[in-house]
Amino acid sequence: MSGGTYLGMPAFPEAASESTQNKQLRANLTHATHTIRDKRAKAVAELADWPQLRAAGAAIKNRTLRHLDHYLEQVEAAVEAAGGHVHWAADADEANRIVIDLVRMTGETEVVKVKSMATQEIGLNEALGEAGIRAYETDLAELIVQLGDDLPSHILVPAIHRNRSEIRDIFAKEMGNWGRPAPDGLTDRPAELADAARLHLREKFLRAKVGVSGANFMVAETGTLVVVESEGNGRMCLTLPETLISVVGIEKVVPTWQDLEVFLQLLPRSSTAERMNPYTSMWTGTTDEDGPQTFHLVLIDNGRTDTLADTVGRQALRCIRCSACLNVCPVYERAGGHAYGSPYPGPIGAILTPQLRGTQSKLDASLPYASSLCGACYEVCPVAIDIPEVLVHLRERVVQGGEVTLRGSRTTIKPAKGHAAERAAMRAARWALDHPAALRGGQRLAARTRRLHPKRLPGPGKAWTETREVPAVPAESFRDWWQRTRGKETK
Amino acid sequence: MSTREQVLGRIRRALADVPHGETPDDVPVNRDYLRMHGERSAEETAELLAENLADYRAIVHRTTTAELPGRIAALLAGRGAGRIVVPAGLPPEWLAAAEGVELVTDTAALTHRELDAVDSVVTGCAVAIAETGTIVLDASPDQGRRRITLVPDHHICVVRVPAQVVDSVAEGLERLDPARPLTWISGPSATSDIELDRVEGVHGPRTLEVVLIHE
Ligand code: SF4
Repeated sequence: MSGGTYLGMPAFPEAASESTQNKQLRANLTHATHTIRDKRAKAVAELADWPQLRAAGAAIKNRTLRHLDHYLEQVEAAVEAAGGHVHWAADADEANRIVIDLVRMTGETEVVKVKSMATQEIGLNEALGEAGIRAYETDLAELIVQLGDDLPSHILVPAIHRNRSEIRDIFAKEMGNWGRPAPDGLTDRPAELADAARLHLREKFLRAKVGVSGANFMVAETGTLVVVESEGNGRMCLTLPETLISVVGIEKVVPTWQDLEVFLQLLPRSSTAERMNPYTSMWTGTTDEDGPQTFHLVLIDNGRTDTLADTVGRQALRCIRCSACLNVCPVYERAGGHAYGSPYPGPIGAILTPQLRGTQSKLDASLPYASSLCGACYEVCPVAIDIPEVLVHLRERVVQGGEVTLRGSRTTIKPAKGHAAERAAMRAARWALDHPAALRGGQRLAARTRRLHPKRLPGPGKAWTETREVPAVPAESFRDWWQRTRGKETK
Repeated sequence: MSTREQVLGRIRRALADVPHGETPDDVPVNRDYLRMHGERSAEETAELLAENLADYRAIVHRTTTAELPGRIAALLAGRGAGRIVVPAGLPPEWLAAAEGVELVTDTAALTHRELDAVDSVVTGCAVAIAETGTIVLDASPDQGRRRITLVPDHHICVVRVPAQVVDSVAEGLERLDPARPLTWISGPSATSDIELDRVEGVHGPRTLEVVLIHE
């Protein structure tokens, strides 16, 4: 019951075709993405200065990234001055080892967890499990995923691939194995299901001695950590245990307290489409007689500095994990979150995962192709990450190889030409473009993508472009261009 | 070499393109966004706060300082609340009219389980933000430890109008002290994890009542 794992996932196109055939998943996803998308547009429209906020959000993150060493040293000093302990982890294994040791020091064998992408990324629950420590997920969706021995499929609504009757069945069958069983006669009404979760988890919160969290932001000048949530499980994990361990990616730092005025407007509206999410917790080190008396901050690199070394790709580190890009992505809507083979699905996953992990595996090489380059993700991104630009850049890297930074060292990677990775990538591209919804998106923003066309076409058109530059761009859509060029090549 | 040095070293090498001598302030951040959205009188701001709180399913009451004790007593009686936890520095007159209730004072010695057996909690707040319908608690003596507004199922929060009400997130942050533990509350807890149906009240207090007192 350690939950699923991303290891050994098939490359994007295979996984995507599989999920495309799953009608329930498709229906849930379409409903979810369209509902959130519309609500979000309204929440954003309420603020006349959204474009200015978005630009400021991007600028603050750029400032942070360009001086990341400075801000990390600053946040470290501030957290320690406030009574916290700061640890550094170069990769997932080191981060897991640190957390395991910290839990062992408390003598406890279970921890309560609030949803965190960083801990999913490093596979913390599995590592804790192997060390004999049980990690209880407490976010409703994560609970559904964990009890169902499953993987999350969406950043914001990780169990979006499950409908209410599936959730009822999982609760009725599994809750008893993990603690307080579901009430008899549990129906599939959402309110009743939420109530069952409240009762099941209350037990765990009240007795938990160790909490594990991530953080949405860390403020360098004050050492304050910020967790934004809806259900209250975050507050439970952050305040009831005696020891709190927060595992946070190094890119989550923001320079000043004032900077929060930008992100606390951008994030809730862009994510859950709310003026403000129900609960936000902020804490600075420890406070006497209030909340955990021991606080550990584990700062993780795990590929982030490699990403930072790429001057085009580094903008992916601005991401505040709002998930807006997933909800507008025609490819995500078809393929579902699992096809992306990491905790980061959708457009952000397509640019972040291959940078954090490198593009050596078939799956990771195929991710930059899991897109029709329609540009909708860029338009909604609250920190203006030009996802299509990074996708094209990564495609070039896959096909042409070149200088990259891998685990801190400059390395020259070989072109994927003729390799399994290239074939996976080509199939991903074909898959993305063969789907009508993807194509519609592609057409809609054809003009914008024009400047993004790679000089040399990766994938099937490559041989064709070997002899000529990609036309300086015809006023045809990416779709038409692709179909035409691919048509030539595959005949 | 420690991991710390290793990671910082990787960052410095990764930023080889950043000109030597560039400081954080050399990276421009244009703050031409609005400090608040719209023009409002103090009364209109209070009105907006009430509207936005209610929009996220908090129950809003408006009263005066003189009538507050009676109002709190009625709210507690309405729920049949018998045990009430109160922060040590809550103005005693707020609960002067509540009869037949057992008051449990927030102390460090109170266990989580004892707290779980309490019906309601009554607190003040640090600041309330009208544009987002948010109340912020900062663990001051009239608000208590964070857990007392988390474990009980019913929270009554008193906001002084206009003294504690600001328009915007920016103004709210300015009034808050980051050194204190802060809890921002915008309506009762909620989840949309099951087929995106919004369900109010998962782990925090399922009922949030905000009493605006006009001074
Ligand atoms: S890339 Fe942008 S839109 Fe996508 S999750 Fe990150 S911040 Fe949100």
